[in-house]
Amino acid sequence: MGTVSSMKLIDENGIRIDGRSKGELRPIKIETDVIERADGSAFIEWGGNKIIVAVYGPREAYPKHTQDIEKAQVKARYNMAAFSVDERKRPGPDRRSMEISKVISEALSSAVMVEQFPRAQIDVYIEVLQADAGTRIAGLTAASVALAAAGVPMRDMVVGCTAGKVDGQIVLDLCKEEDNFGQADLPMAIMARTGEVVLMQMDGDLTMEEFDEATGLIMDATKRINEIQREALAGKYRTLTLSRGGE
Amino acid sequence: MPKDEAGILSEIKKDFILKKLKEGKRGDERLLDQYREISIQTNYVPRSAGSAFVKLGKTKVLAGIKIEAGDPFPDTPNQGVLTTNVELLPMAFPTFEAGPPNEMSIEIARVVDRGIRESRMIDLEGLVIEPGKKVWIVFVDINVLDYDGNLIDACTLSVISALRTSVVPGSTIEGGKDFKLPVRNLPISVTMVKIGNELVCDPDLEEEQMGTTRITVTTTEDGHIRAMQKGEIGSLTLDEIKKAIRLSSDLGKRIREKYFQ
Repeated sequence: MGTVSSMKLIDENGIRIDGRSKGELRPIKIETDVIERADGSAFIEWGGNKIIVAVYGPREAYPKHTQDIEKAQVKARYNMAAFSVDERKRPGPDRRSMEISKVISEALSSAVMVEQFPRAQIDVYIEVLQADAGTRIAGLTAASVALAAAGVPMRDMVVGCTAGKVDGQIVLDLCKEEDNFGQADLPMAIMARTGEVVLMQMDGDLTMEEFDEATGLIMDATKRINEIQREALAGKYRTLTLSRGGE
Repeated sequence: MPKDEAGILSEIKKDFILKKLKEGKRGDERLLDQYREISIQTNYVPRSAGSAFVKLGKTKVLAGIKIEAGDPFPDTPNQGVLTTNVELLPMAFPTFEAGPPNEMSIEIARVVDRGIRESRMIDLEGLVIEPGKKVWIVFVDINVLDYDGNLIDACTLSVISALRTSVVPGSTIEGGKDFKLPVRNLPISVTMVKIGNELVCDPDLEEEQMGTTRITVTTTEDGHIRAMQKGEIGSLTLDEIKKAIRLSSDLGKRIREKYFQ
């Protein structure tokens, strides 16, 4: 985790530096169909995060030797814009983004019915335009909506949230200061209906009891976030019906 | 995860492993929570600041440490620097290729790095030469020589063994003296894969190929969790994750007692 700091992140009344209580999410907004040529796309605003996701495919896997004769491959590419963070980030993939792309691809592959598309690949491009802590989870949550919007068959929606430890207390959905100066970070994503965990990473210092408390907060929050995902998808079809008018 | 040249594990082998699991045993007669034999040879490369050759069953890795004076990161001006790199040597496996680090080696290096870093094993504050200007940089390089499963744990074992015996070359700067690298806690990572409904610890290559999903939990002496990573396609229930944390904490204790007294 980040550096030690004397900055107080939670006050005597349990209010966090951005005014939230410990189990409170930042505002989340999801919109579908934001990229013209993509098979499916979504835009998510989660606190200060602004992330666009576009899905292309299923389409023939290329280069050919990468084809899997049994199933499609989900290839997520998580990328941060150079201007998305305080200090300019050198464009292009780095070690962090490659690891994140890998775990996101694996999480989505668990949900997508990959066995229906042998030899295919499904590209999921995740572009972080502005980063404000929790980008991998916000990107994954939006990617799940974009896949559904693309009509890719899935067993379930993938939905995620982060919890962590700040000033010795377990809190939900870390903001940037909490991410930088907290003592633990636990990003997690699950299948919305079954609660099975498809992505989990952790770094910092947690006891078993603290882990329990953190996952309790996450599980509860994912229900609310899943509602927002479903609403975004429902919105897409509502506008479709409207635009067809009296047909 | 790379597969063998054929790309598939034979059905007979799969059936055999599954049948054994029903009896609570593994293909190689191990219990589900049993680690393979570990052998650790420190100071294997005396030219390095510290090194350890580790065999975990038939998996072989060699970690070497180099420590040089350099610039601190701007956001941590009063701390030494730790960098971790894993080389999957082409000799280690038929599908490993020479070239820049790929997804697999980056993931291993980053999970190992997180365990070492978050456990605060190295006292990075004790590695400052001139505050804000010059610090010691600890380069951890791990060469995977022979791959028979569970690289994350083999690499972690080799790194902690090498760091414990490392010497900072203080005499290379004016008026300085060599000193032992300041280390405190001892992080142990335990990796498990899920086969059927069972979690098996320290999977060998065949078990990795059969496993649907993977989880690594790194703990310290106090039983606290310092790093975790779920890997591969597939899912785990919360109960399975909690079971994995308990297993890791228990096994970590046993490994510390047996190999690091």
